[in-house]
Amino acid sequence: MLLKELSELNGVSSNETAVRHFIRDRLQGKVETLHTDRLGNLIASQGQTKKGPKVMLSAHMDEVGLMVVGIETNGLLKIKTVGGIDERVLLSKRVLVGPQQIPGVIGAKPIHLQEREERQKPVPLSALFVDIGATDRSDAEKAVKIGDLIAFDTKAACFGDGLFKGKALDDRAGCAVLLNLIENRYDLPLYYAFTVQEEVGLRGATVAAYGINPDLALVVETTSAGDVPPLKKHQASTRLGHGPAISFMDRTLIVQPKLVEALVAVAESAGIPYQFRQTTTGGTEGGAINQTRTGIPAAVISIPCRYIHSPVGVLNLNDFAATIKLVDAVLKNIAQRGLPV
Amino acid sequence: MKELLRNLTAIAAPSGREEPIRALIREELAKYCDELRVDSLGNLIAFKRGGKTKLQLAAHMDEIGVVVTAIDEEGFLRFANVGGVNPHRLVGQRVRFQNGTMGVIGAEKIDDIKELTLDKLFIDLGVASAAEARAKVHVGEMAAFEHSFVDLGQRVVAKALDDRVGCAVLIEALKRVRKPANDLYCTFTVQEEVGLRGARTSAFGLEPDLAIAIDVTATGDTPEAMKLAMKLGAGAAIKVKDVSLITHPRVKDLLTELAEKNNIPYQFEVLPYGGTDAGAIHLTKAGIPAGVISIPCRYVHSPSEMVDLNDVEAAVRLVVAAMEQPITL
Repeated sequence: MLLKELSELNGVSSNETAVRHFIRDRLQGKVETLHTDRLGNLIASQGQTKKGPKVMLSAHMDEVGLMVVGIETNGLLKIKTVGGIDERVLLSKRVLVGPQQIPGVIGAKPIHLQEREERQKPVPLSALFVDIGATDRSDAEKAVKIGDLIAFDTKAACFGDGLFKGKALDDRAGCAVLLNLIENRYDLPLYYAFTVQEEVGLRGATVAAYGINPDLALVVETTSAGDVPPLKKHQASTRLGHGPAISFMDRTLIVQPKLVEALVAVAESAGIPYQFRQTTTGGTEGGAINQTRTGIPAAVISIPCRYIHSPVGVLNLNDFAATIKLVDAVLKNIAQRGLPV
Repeated sequence: MKELLRNLTAIAAPSGREEPIRALIREELAKYCDELRVDSLGNLIAFKRGGKTKLQLAAHMDEIGVVVTAIDEEGFLRFANVGGVNPHRLVGQRVRFQNGTMGVIGAEKIDDIKELTLDKLFIDLGVASAAEARAKVHVGEMAAFEHSFVDLGQRVVAKALDDRVGCAVLIEALKRVRKPANDLYCTFTVQEEVGLRGARTSAFGLEPDLAIAIDVTATGDTPEAMKLAMKLGAGAAIKVKDVSLITHPRVKDLLTELAEKNNIPYQFEVLPYGGTDAGAIHLTKAGIPAGVISIPCRYVHSPSEMVDLNDVEAAVRLVVAAMEQPITL
């Protein structure tokens, strides 16, 4: 299963190599151009010489994780987060460290040795460490280096009624959507951008969009689902099982109203369920792309995902399938009718 | 000028929804420039030929507002901010959507005023059901504050003077300029309030030699205000710095010399917070020297912003002087 394979690859921001290789292998022979740019974005194209608006699809390959920033004399690793992680989710999680994928555990002082006040508060990042079973610093140094990236060690799986759990669904699920479209042929010049370093500041997309210079960009993302307690309905950004989420605004982007209307019209005429992303917080590559050169219209379509930016997220496979359908229908619509903006 | 300000502030055009204000400015300027065009993000660019140097003048068309995020079963709307909106200024406010729909902002029961956050507030359209609400507005639609224009004589009060007063200054300057000595690119920008977005892409396209933004600045002339040197009625403010920009020294000197030479009242502005379009423009491509002519404004980002017409006039004269001065940096 493509989604499972992608989820279990490790690609913390700035080291997306494994993900890039995996995707590149699946693109070989199926696209007309394929190259990796100088920041590591994997860019493929189909129909470069076709008439019609140049469309860029983007999904980011990187995921949030940790970095080794120090090695204690006893061989325990000091860590920092890479990308936005709630530090409270880290304790006792299994991880894989560095290029050799050394297994480790995130540890802290055990409950028996904590003061009463310490138990009232979450353990701060400064008191957490990764234990790779090293006997001392020099033993640890044989396996890891400062600057090595650390990914969560999570096996992905289907469960419940059509749900799927795994790490890095943000945004491997988006990558999987794009890979699902690659066999289709659209009557327009289409660029697939699998980008790097989204989680640390939309960096890959910024340069990818500059290079491609499209007429329109569609960003395929994963976004937080808030259908969990204690959030009220209006505070839930998105809900699982209600279809892909269409953004009208986030922290980095106001989507042009005509573009939102066009996405809604396509979803409704094709009978694809959709929902609006009911919050304006968080940023996406759409913002960076929109601000490129003289301004590029951008839209964002997201798969709702619970517990995003943690060692395990949950999405609904119907939403995933509907997202593929929606992006496909939007591309066909643009090929037929031209740009909605 | 009062009529122009009244007309410009009457329009509801939050960030990303600048169409109606753009249409009005377009109409105002049609006779006063050589070319008018709209770029891909929606910036309106009025070009007037004049000389070798490409001078970009930027005033933003958008205003702060709210955006509907959800509609509940009873037809109440939940919303998020568009730009810098303080929840404490919202309770009891009226808002107007671009299709004319009006609403008032109510709050959930709150025991402590410190608990007042945007998600405790809602818009009441005076309807009884979700279906009725949906017939009027939809999720993603934006509204602006609704507040009438008040003429206090020398001073005027309105919502969205940030930055419709800048737009008015630029419109008036373009009407008055007789012999432009530079190629003028008067840019009415979009989405300033959410991150200087229109200015950034417009400057990339224009690649000017020099840019001047025209925007409001805060004042320190009200009771127990933050210590700021800027005052209402003390003239156009020449920006020295804010968070987004340290004014290029040559641009600051140029504006100061022009004000001195033409007997235009001016003051210097140091703003310890905020930014303007000039911040985005000066970092475009290989760098563009930029400065700001500011109009001092009390109660910025409230529905009752106040400016002094003497300052507005001084700003117009300073902009005209810059347009008519052959600039070489």
